[in-house]
Amino acid sequence: MAAHLKKRVYEEFTKVVQQQHEEIATKKLRLTKPSKSAALHIDLCKATSPADALQYLLQFARKPVEAESVEGVVRILLEHYYKENDASVRLKIASLLGLLSKTAGFSPDCIMDDAINTLQNEKSHQVLAQLLDTLLAIGTKLPENPAVQARLIDVACKHLTDTSHGVRNKCLQLLGNLGSLEKNVAKDAEGQTTKDVQKIIGDYFVDQDPRVRTAAIKAMLQLHERGLKLHQTIYNQACKLLSDDYEQVRSAAVQLIWVLSQLYPESIVPIPSSNEEIRLVDDAFGKICHMVSDGSWVVRVQAAKLLGSMGQVSSHFLEQTLDKKLMSDLRRKRTAHERAKELYSSGEFSSGRKWGDDAPKEEIDTGAVNLIESGACGAFVHGLEDEMYEVRIAAVEALCMLAQSSPSFAEKCLDFLVDMFNDEIEEVRLQSIHTMRKISNNITLREDQLDTVLAVLEDSSRDIREALHELLCYTNVSTKEGIHLALVELLKNLAKYPTDRESIWKCLKFLGGRHPTLVLPLVPDLLSTHPFFDTAEPDMDDPAYIAVLVLIFNAAETCPTMPALFSDHTFRHYAYLRDSLSHLVPALRLPGRKLLSSPVSPSITPHEDPSQQFLQQSLERVYNLQHLDPQGTQELLQFTIRDLQRLGELQSDLAGVADFSATYLQCQLLLIKALQEKLWNMAAPLYLKQSDMASAAARQIMEETYKMEFMYSGVESRQVVIIHHMRLQAKALQLIVTARTTRGCFITELPHLQDSFVDKLLDLMPRLMTSKPSEVVKILQATLRQSTFLHLPLPEQIHRASATIIEPAGESDNPLRFTSGLVVALDVDATLEHVQDPQSIVKVQVLYPDGQAQIIHPKPSDFRNPGPGRHRLITQVYLSHGAWTEPCQIEVRLLLAYDSSTRISRPACLDSAEALPLVENSIEGTIPFSKPVKVYIMPKPARR
Amino acid sequence: MPEIKVTPLGAGQDVGRSCILVSIGGKNVMLDCGMHMGYNDDRRFPDFSYITQNGRLTDFLDCVIISHFHLDHCGALPYFSEMVGYDGPIYMTHPTKAICPILLEDYRKITVDKKGETNFFTSQMIKDCMKKVVAVHLHQTVQVDDELEIKAYYAGHVLGAAMFQIKVGSESAVYTGDYNMTPDRHLGAAWIDKCRPDLLITESTYATTIRDSKRCRERDFLKKVHETVERGGKVLIPVFALGRAQELCILLETFWERMNLKAPIYFSTGLTEKANHYYKLFITWTNQKIRKTFVQRNMFEFKHIKAFDRAFADNPGPMVVFATPGMLHAGQSLQIFRKWAGNEKNMVIMPGYCVQGTVGHKILSGQRKLEMEGRQILEVKMQVEYMSFSAHADAKGIMQLVRQAEPDNVLLVHGEAKKMEFLKQKIEQEFHVNCYMPANGETVTLLTHPNIPVGISLGLLKREMALGLLPDAKRPKLMHGTLIMKDNNFRLVSSEQALKELGLAEHQLRFTCRVHIHDTRKEQETVLRVYSHLKSVLKAHSVQHLPDGSVMVESILIQATAHSEDPGTKVLLVSWTYQDEELGSYLTSLLKKGLPQAPS
Repeated sequence: MAAHLKKRVYEEFTKVVQQQHEEIATKKLRLTKPSKSAALHIDLCKATSPADALQYLLQFARKPVEAESVEGVVRILLEHYYKENDASVRLKIASLLGLLSKTAGFSPDCIMDDAINTLQNEKSHQVLAQLLDTLLAIGTKLPENPAVQARLIDVACKHLTDTSHGVRNKCLQLLGNLGSLEKNVAKDAEGQTTKDVQKIIGDYFVDQDPRVRTAAIKAMLQLHERGLKLHQTIYNQACKLLSDDYEQVRSAAVQLIWVLSQLYPESIVPIPSSNEEIRLVDDAFGKICHMVSDGSWVVRVQAAKLLGSMGQVSSHFLEQTLDKKLMSDLRRKRTAHERAKELYSSGEFSSGRKWGDDAPKEEIDTGAVNLIESGACGAFVHGLEDEMYEVRIAAVEALCMLAQSSPSFAEKCLDFLVDMFNDEIEEVRLQSIHTMRKISNNITLREDQLDTVLAVLEDSSRDIREALHELLCYTNVSTKEGIHLALVELLKNLAKYPTDRESIWKCLKFLGGRHPTLVLPLVPDLLSTHPFFDTAEPDMDDPAYIAVLVLIFNAAETCPTMPALFSDHTFRHYAYLRDSLSHLVPALRLPGRKLLSSPVSPSITPHEDPSQQFLQQSLERVYNLQHLDPQGTQELLQFTIRDLQRLGELQSDLAGVADFSATYLQCQLLLIKALQEKLWNMAAPLYLKQSDMASAAARQIMEETYKMEFMYSGVESRQVVIIHHMRLQAKALQLIVTARTTRGCFITELPHLQDSFVDKLLDLMPRLMTSKPSEVVKILQATLRQSTFLHLPLPEQIHRASATIIEPAGESDNPLRFTSGLVVALDVDATLEHVQDPQSIVKVQVLYPDGQAQIIHPKPSDFRNPGPGRHRLITQVYLSHGAWTEPCQIEVRLLLAYDSSTRISRPACLDSAEALPLVENSIEGTIPFSKPVKVYIMPKPARR
Repeated sequence: MPEIKVTPLGAGQDVGRSCILVSIGGKNVMLDCGMHMGYNDDRRFPDFSYITQNGRLTDFLDCVIISHFHLDHCGALPYFSEMVGYDGPIYMTHPTKAICPILLEDYRKITVDKKGETNFFTSQMIKDCMKKVVAVHLHQTVQVDDELEIKAYYAGHVLGAAMFQIKVGSESAVYTGDYNMTPDRHLGAAWIDKCRPDLLITESTYATTIRDSKRCRERDFLKKVHETVERGGKVLIPVFALGRAQELCILLETFWERMNLKAPIYFSTGLTEKANHYYKLFITWTNQKIRKTFVQRNMFEFKHIKAFDRAFADNPGPMVVFATPGMLHAGQSLQIFRKWAGNEKNMVIMPGYCVQGTVGHKILSGQRKLEMEGRQILEVKMQVEYMSFSAHADAKGIMQLVRQAEPDNVLLVHGEAKKMEFLKQKIEQEFHVNCYMPANGETVTLLTHPNIPVGISLGLLKREMALGLLPDAKRPKLMHGTLIMKDNNFRLVSSEQALKELGLAEHQLRFTCRVHIHDTRKEQETVLRVYSHLKSVLKAHSVQHLPDGSVMVESILIQATAHSEDPGTKVLLVSWTYQDEELGSYLTSLLKKGLPQAPS
């Protein structure tokens, strides 16, 4: 925008140019940009019909006007305004005035008088409304000027009696936005009673036009937003509006009531038709609950949402919302809950589950049973059963918020939430599972509830299953049957969806850890041990068996009696799992079993993770080996890299650290190898072959450093600096290689090549500056060879970004057929781990067999965030290609886009002479971070 | 006084055979035309002879409205239109029109072919009858004739069920038919706007029930079915071919899919395919979920549910069978029930209401030994379960509808008398409106207070509005004008225009009044005293003393003469025109109080 404006200033329109305009034929006018007042003036004068004038104005409105010429333009516009007979043109002018007064840097007080004057003689209601809108724009631009505000309020009040709803609307809007916030009682001295804005707005709550009523309520809400304390007297008026005929009025009224209930929660209001009184917040709660069964779903959503934020409401009112059957007059503060229960058991209402239980057995005091008026009754029951899923979601959210603040309510709403797991819309199911997880520390699941919860494990949606696993991690189960049930269902789930393995194991880990005493009696059964017979040893690679063991071992952690029930092979399996899945299997104190040659030797404290130790040790070993002979170093590096990579595969916890270190060492290894080349000092022509290897190494190091910098989350600036250092070394290497291979023209090329790098070097090192380019190369070479191996400190938490494409699976033999030249949509479903801000950096790449590559940016809405550090990408990729004769495979993969300027810009403390802040010209690139998936496609030639 | 008369011919304090006559604003409308499941004699149809003994019904009825396709709401239609004779319009919604003939044909087959009855309507009659049907859309206002208009609202319950608003002038009535205020697996909830009818005729099947949440019921149902199937038992679910059946099918279908169950589900043939076809077609009438997902997959294309063959009933192993009819009173469901009743592993789930006298009602009320036709005794060993799946509004739903519509009167039909009594009490107590529950043949007459629309010209309206202070929306306002009743409509015009329009000359109407005042002074002085008195009292009006010795207050003339007999008494002559009546009468009353004592 700024640039645009600047450009406009340069194009400053001079008188001369203006003259030219008049000479040029009219058709040319549109091509030029006559944004200045004079040009506009001429245009408007030229306009013969209102339609023409309107066209000019529209044209004019498309372009911005700079602040200093706004006033001139406004004058011109006003002049035409007075002359103009056509209402539509006046309307446009009025709207332009508003637009112009919003121009940044322009103070609209100079045009306010004119704008107010125009109001005097205006007859058209639409234009009036538009002018008031303009005044509103002016008023909001001048918030600090009370005189202007007072003046505008006066104008608004005067026009409030207009017969058109549009004008009244705008007046109310003006009042709401500009009404003074202080109490004006003191100002009476001036002789005229300054107006109480709230009272004036309140009077329009009963306007005959629903739009005006809505505007009045909105204005009131606006006042509240601006910090004015609304009077409590409005509450009664607002309550009347709840039964308005129009949904927008009711919707706004619900908001107003909510606002008031937050302002005056403890005030006492009388209950009509009785002489009792209750707290205002309770009354408001009842009224909003009532609106949950409104006729319009917009109002219902509104009401359901607001209920969630009414934490101050009394608990018995809250609990009523889940109570549909029991309708007694809780409002009159009797111990109505028991009474109501009695009523229920006396059989007045039937549950609909048993035939004939609704036969009226005795005449009861009908006065005690209230079918409608006791507002709060069953509000959530209704909300959760609503036809529109929007309402159901809002109700679930509200339930969640209320349950978080009230444990007893959480207990009560459990049944309802569990029921929502069977909703027909997935979003609702997901929402309710999440809600349940949030409140799960307050609750214990009964067996029947668990049953329903577990039934959802069969859901075909991965989102739902994972959310449910998450939920099960945090749930308390009350019986051992419950645990057994959960295990059985989870195993069933595992069999059905093997991809859920990790998530299920994790879930069982928590489940076992939480309920050791419940697991204990199940152990013989689960391990299928027999008192007399040895049973067959189960297959160690069976994910289901591992799942069972994870459950048992985690339970055994806090239950020392459990290992006594294990059979021999269980101990062996324990030792294995402890090694291979150490993040899932805790260290157990096993009672003096000698036979297990477990790595958990007593010397190691249980906190110390062996694999962690291994990692540390091997790294230290490498760092200590600085001065050994190169051959030994290389070998050690190779072994360490191999070890680390293996460790990364085994231990998903440490994968990040291990991979990170391995990559670093790999770079180091490559560098050493490149420098080790014996033929470094050979003449150029002979050198060619070796240079291939060295430049390849340099290239690879560069690539790896980018990976290290951008693919890992949790990398700190210390590491970044070291990575940069490494990259610099690679660049130096590259430079030397280039210098040596292209001897002849190197010196001339030097400035063009790697400019920033060399420049910096020359700038900062006087010795380099004075020497010849060939000297530079020499010096570099020497430094490079001398450069030591920097110790890479490991960050606390480092995770490698990874992605798995779940769909397409790439196994299909049936090609995706489509007509060439048209598009086919390919569903892509992938999980992303440890990717920060995936919306901006994750891309999808499609590689066609002809080498053509296509990068697709998924929409931000395609990413979901099911858990911390995890994202899920569900998107559609559009493929298209010319006709092929045979079906062929294309590759789909995910890329991580990076932009080096983002990292460089942050201040890095430097500890190496060579690692000076090199400002790279923001190198952008991409790193593939998922396995490519092949999709078989077949574009058919179009049929003629 | 205008009135609305309502006479239920069926469904008055009873369920089944819905048929209600309404006379409103001089129009006669028949709402629904159903049959009764419990009877096989003449009582099964409404007694149309109530309407007229001889002569065509067409002359007496302006239209017939059918709320939905259940037989207790439309079963007597061919009999009524073809055999009794009615040629006027019959209104129903599009899905009802499509599905209704299928059900009627089925009903005819069972009655004629199976039971061998004669003197029943024929297929041709059904066709002829359907030709008289006019289909309406939701929220479409249909003008039956110049005065009578009807409008349909969504009612849930079954596909195409509608509530109808009947309106003549400003009098209106709403007939709900059967409706459901909670959405289910395939249909949405009933909805009506704040139409404020004079009368709301609502069903009250579940007048005393407040049901558990829908999800509980669904879960219970699925659990029972699942358990029985796992045990190897057979589940019989008697349903009416359309409506609940589809909901339960969707429910079981999704459950089967989710749980990956293999036991077969059957649906008794014939009707189903045709009916499901219509369900697939009328997607706009279903609920949000189905409407949103039908592009991917139409929910009514069942994967697990297959057509039933009679022979399957003897197959070993578990199965679930939906069979018609729903109350076990005849047909396939009864046959299967007889076959399976002896085995305690089996189960019958009654998903809805059963009318008295049906086998369903008997087993639900606990009878274990049933007397079948031919004096056979059937012992029922199978489990009998009841699941309230019938999509009627419960007590709270009914109240909710009443609240939404804001009627002046409520009339309950389609329910049991005892239960109605309770609901009636509630409605009267909470909404403070009259509530009626007539029995069959009993007529309820309600007085209405219809608004009478009067046309007024904008000029006059603005002029009159300008006279007073600010317009206040909620306060009545006094207006002056002439009311012209002409050609069956009312207009309020200014008096000048009225005179012009009617071609009348303007007549002056003057009131003259004599007021005696005791005053011994001369007439002139009296007049002066009156003048000064009025001047001081009536500050807002112009008071003039004319040279001829009279006082003018606005256009009211006051003259004083001496009394002919008693010179001590003066007679004040006050004369005013009709238009000044207000001021004139005020003036006389003022003068009658006498003049204040003049300062001597």
